[in-house]
Amino acid sequence: MKFAIQVNEGPYQHQSADTAYQFTKAVLEKGHEVFRVFFYHDGVNNGTRLGIPPQDDRNITKQWTALAEEYDLDLVVCVAAAQRRGLLDENEARRAGKDADNIADKFRISGLGQLIEAGIQADRLVVFGD
Amino acid sequence: MLHIVNKSPFERNSLETCLSLAMDNSTILLIEDAVYAAMQGGKFSDKMASAAEQCSVYVLAPDLQARGMPDEKIISGIKTVDYSGFVDLVADNKNVQSWL
Repeated sequence: MKFAIQVNEGPYQHQSADTAYQFTKAVLEKGHEVFRVFFYHDGVNNGTRLGIPPQDDRNITKQWTALAEEYDLDLVVCVAAAQRRGLLDENEARRAGKDADNIADKFRISGLGQLIEAGIQADRLVVFGD
Repeated sequence: MLHIVNKSPFERNSLETCLSLAMDNSTILLIEDAVYAAMQGGKFSDKMASAAEQCSVYVLAPDLQARGMPDEKIISGIKTVDYSGFVDLVADNKNVQSWL
C-alpha cells in the first residue's frame, strides 16, 4: 500500500516529529511504499542541517536523512513555510540574497502542490502535528 | 474510519470532540499524550470505557511505556498496539483523521 506522511510540527517541540518518523519507519519495514513525506508549517524545521542536539539525544534531522538514504524517500519541505522560518537551499539562498543555506541532505524544497499530489497518489495520507 | 488523537484530554478537548463525532464501529487510536485517557480511575475513564464498547479503541504501547504507565492500569476493552499495529490500523481503514 502507498502511504503519504505530513509533518506539521518542528523537532523537539512535543512528540509528533518523533511519531511521524517512527511511523514512517514502521511503514517501510512492513514493506509498504512511502510516496512522499511533506513537511509543512513548523515541520519544515525538521529539515535544517545546522541543528546540534546533545550527543546522547536523537538527531531527528539525521534520522530522516538516514531513512531517506536507505529507502530512497522523497522528503519535501514547503517553500512558503520554509522561507518564513529561514530554511533555505542553495537556490533559495541565492535568490533571496542570503549568505548561507541550511537544508539537510535528502530534503528538497517545493510547493504545496506536492502535498496535494501525495494525497491523490497515495492510498493513505497520515498527518502528524501539534 | 480511524481517528487518531494525540493530546491528553486534561490539556485539550480534541478527544472529547472526537468521541462525540465518531460513528459506532469506528476505530480510535490514542497516541502521544492522549494515552493518559486510557488509564483507569481518571476523570475521563467512564467515557472511555463506554467508547470502547461502541468503537474499537487502541492505545500506542511505546507511548504508554514512555510515560511509565503499566498495562494492567489500562481501561478494560482498550487494546494496545505497537508501531507495526499502528500501520495496520491505517492500512485497514480507508479514511484516517488526525484530531490535531
